[in-house]
Amino acid sequence: MNKTINQKAWYFVIPVFVLVAFNAAIPLMTVVNYSFQETFGNNVFAWEGTRWFKQILLSERFHASLGRQFTFTFIILLIQIPLGIAIALTMPKKGWGVPVCLILMSMPLLIPWNVVGAMWNIFALPDIGFLGHSLNAMGFDYNFTQQPGDAWFTTILMDVWHWTSLVVLLSYAGLNSIQPAYYQAAEIDGASRWATFRYIELPKMKKVLTLAILLRFMDSFMIYTEPFVLTGGGPGNTTAFLSIDLVKMALGQFDLGPAAAMSLIYFFIVLLVCWVFYNLMMKNEAQS
Amino acid sequence: MSLELKNVEKKVGIDTHIHPTSLKLEKNTINVLLGSTLAGKTTLMQIMAGLDKPTSGEIWFDGKNVTGMKVQKRNCSMVYQQFINYPNYTVYENIASPLAITGVKDDEIKQRVGKVAELLKLSAMLNKKPDELSGGQQQRTALARALVKDSDLILLDEPLANLDFKLREELREELPKLFEDRDCIVVYATTEPSDALMIGGNTATLLEGKVIQYGKTLEVYNKPENLISAKVFSDPPMNIAEITKRGDNCKFTDNNVQWKSSAKIKDGTYKIGIRPHNITTYKEGNNSVEINGKVQISELSGSESLIHFTNGNLNWVSLSNGTQQKNVGEDTKLYMNTDEFLYFDQNNRLVNNG
Repeated sequence: MNKTINQKAWYFVIPVFVLVAFNAAIPLMTVVNYSFQETFGNNVFAWEGTRWFKQILLSERFHASLGRQFTFTFIILLIQIPLGIAIALTMPKKGWGVPVCLILMSMPLLIPWNVVGAMWNIFALPDIGFLGHSLNAMGFDYNFTQQPGDAWFTTILMDVWHWTSLVVLLSYAGLNSIQPAYYQAAEIDGASRWATFRYIELPKMKKVLTLAILLRFMDSFMIYTEPFVLTGGGPGNTTAFLSIDLVKMALGQFDLGPAAAMSLIYFFIVLLVCWVFYNLMMKNEAQS
Repeated sequence: MSLELKNVEKKVGIDTHIHPTSLKLEKNTINVLLGSTLAGKTTLMQIMAGLDKPTSGEIWFDGKNVTGMKVQKRNCSMVYQQFINYPNYTVYENIASPLAITGVKDDEIKQRVGKVAELLKLSAMLNKKPDELSGGQQQRTALARALVKDSDLILLDEPLANLDFKLREELREELPKLFEDRDCIVVYATTEPSDALMIGGNTATLLEGKVIQYGKTLEVYNKPENLISAKVFSDPPMNIAEITKRGDNCKFTDNNVQWKSSAKIKDGTYKIGIRPHNITTYKEGNNSVEINGKVQISELSGSESLIHFTNGNLNWVSLSNGTQQKNVGEDTKLYMNTDEFLYFDQNNRLVNNG
């Protein structure tokens, strides 16, 4: 086969290169640049080597926010995945209930994140918010702006409200792709509802659930807007997750070097966890 | 032991899926439900199994009315067109699953699974998961699950449809043997007339939710009660043409082909059905007549040649043995074996059934 050589084709590729350079490569390189140097403004830089990385990795503040981040992500995964599957299992499979449920489920996903934060902030206010006021009226001493436990409770509740739908929709799609013959076969065998779930539905949903867990892990691990609007990381630093802490360091204290180092470490943690998780799931896939 | 459907009808909304049907299936028989897609084969099977309830009518099993009895309480098993196995069970666990649920002892399970696995040539892959098997092996696993249970009723819903040709042939040959010395009623749904002929037993021809005819497979094939049953049980499709009969002389309405018929029927006009293999490029039988045709399509399958041709306004399909090379557009002579003609009256009923 004769290849036609036409260098003009590059003109079609260049826009993509430029675009990717601007929105990915250049900002990332800036961060890398900052993470190895000290800056005093006026474009004066001094080489610092790996000092910021060591500082961040050894800092108690980073350990604390990383710990909070993992705790938060772990809790919401623990709630959202089973809850999402449970809701998907109870959703109707045909009739007018299907569009109704799907639309209701998609609603929270369509609301802008800062609006979700603002909504829940007002909703949970102890004096005038419906949730806060009701809880207090029932005798609970609830105040999410002052009590760390309440702040965590509210943040988790908000995230569950906002994102469980995603798990529901993915699980629902997975469930719907199971052929009715599987259920009939189980029925003929006399399998219990639990056995049907455990040995037919769950294995058949494995792929979408892997996807759901990955998406929810990444999203919750990088969560910023909603807790920022809801609690601002408070009271104190108790709900300052990684990204909130990062922004505080970068923009609040203007510690650009350590903040850049922290961003990179943060980025590698997300990458590493996703890689490990994905490989574990796929390894099982190859075995079965 | 017998399975009897008494006036069973199934309606979904305003659609009738099964028109009132009565059918009696005897013990130790293989019964083929033959019909195209949407003929109601699957619905009928689900009603037999108890997976679905009839809108009206009754189902009797072994002299007992089992209408509305749940599938778990009936001793039946089913194999589907798709290869249905538990995805993360091994072949062994899959085959054992119906026994394990009913609480059979481990020793007995082991022995019974081993026996069935051997019968279906699965012994070497008992520790594999369904995903690692070929389609044929997956379906063998599903069949083994159905057989291990010693069911009274085994339902096979187009079990070979998703297999490739070679595996299908192989398994189709084995199937009747698998059920030979079992105390059960087997129901086998298929769209293919050749399946029914190979499996033998009894056949029910179905069309649009109605059982057209039920009887011994060969009888249904050779003496279809009516034109519909004959059409359902013919592949490639049956040739149908109008004829007039005067005395012994018969003649097609649309052309001048004539022949003498020994059929003891009154003079008049009839429809005749001619199966494609009774029109050939060579003479067959003592009473064949010649017909001229213009070749439209010519398909060679190695051992057989399918030739579509036109004669006047009519389209004909012929099936000859061997490779009969014909060119499209060519004028050719073919021969019809008049002994095998099926004569139907104006009500589409077979008249030369003597």
